[in-house]
Amino acid sequence: MTTLENVELNEEGFIVNAADWTEELAGALAEKEGIALTDAHWTIINFCREKAVDSGAAPTLRQISKGAGVTTKDLFKLFPKGPAKKVAKISGLGKPEGCV
Amino acid sequence: MAEEKNRHIAFICSKGNLDMAYPALIMGWAALGDGIDVTIFFTFWGLDMITKDRVDRLELAPLANTSLKMRLMGLPTGNWGIPNFMGGLPGMTAFTSKFMKKKIESLDVPPVGEYIEMLSDAGAKLYGCKMTVDMFNLKDEDFVDSVDSVVTASDFMDMTEGAQIVFI
Repeated sequence: MTTLENVELNEEGFIVNAADWTEELAGALAEKEGIALTDAHWTIINFCREKAVDSGAAPTLRQISKGAGVTTKDLFKLFPKGPAKKVAKISGLGKPEGCV
Repeated sequence: MAEEKNRHIAFICSKGNLDMAYPALIMGWAALGDGIDVTIFFTFWGLDMITKDRVDRLELAPLANTSLKMRLMGLPTGNWGIPNFMGGLPGMTAFTSKFMKKKIESLDVPPVGEYIEMLSDAGAKLYGCKMTVDMFNLKDEDFVDSVDSVVTASDFMDMTEGAQIVFI
């Protein structure tokens, strides 16, 4: 099983091989960011992973708030201090492409 | 151990044209998404960006705008712009504004009012400039709810100690 100890991360902390991602690893990556995952987090993570399958890229914050039905306020509360990269990292995706 | 001070970026928005409203909104949003503190100070025409009856009516005039080429509208006209004599005709500013708003919307970029609300919800601090608010006879109730308060230039300096400042 992939754990935080044996998974390869790039210098910014994104996982290198998308196939390494597991739900357990998401929990460990979140913990590293100081976040304990709840159902609300999982709604967002699942949305991002589905969206990435369709578009091939991690969704932007606006796409997440519109698509997953979460308010901007809640999104920034669930993933404080920089949700754009944190969500993508925990979801095992690359850096979001797009500005909004 | 002393806590490391968070990166802080401050924008001074002094323009009320549609195209000049977006830079601070886009960069501010990107900053918030990366965990950077954001403060925006609205002064002079920039107050239009936070004034209820102006925020979603910002415009883009074709007159004296040398970058507004007709090819933006998909016409095969190379470097031809909208002739200035045409730009002065009634309705031309409304026309170019509507066109630009459509372009912005086509990229799923929100209108200015919604953007201001998003920034505030994400934790940005938004302030009006006291001197220009007084000059334009504006009152607190004229501003959108996302505005934190109206402050003096000196207050702004105190609030942005150590921040990177971008003037627009």
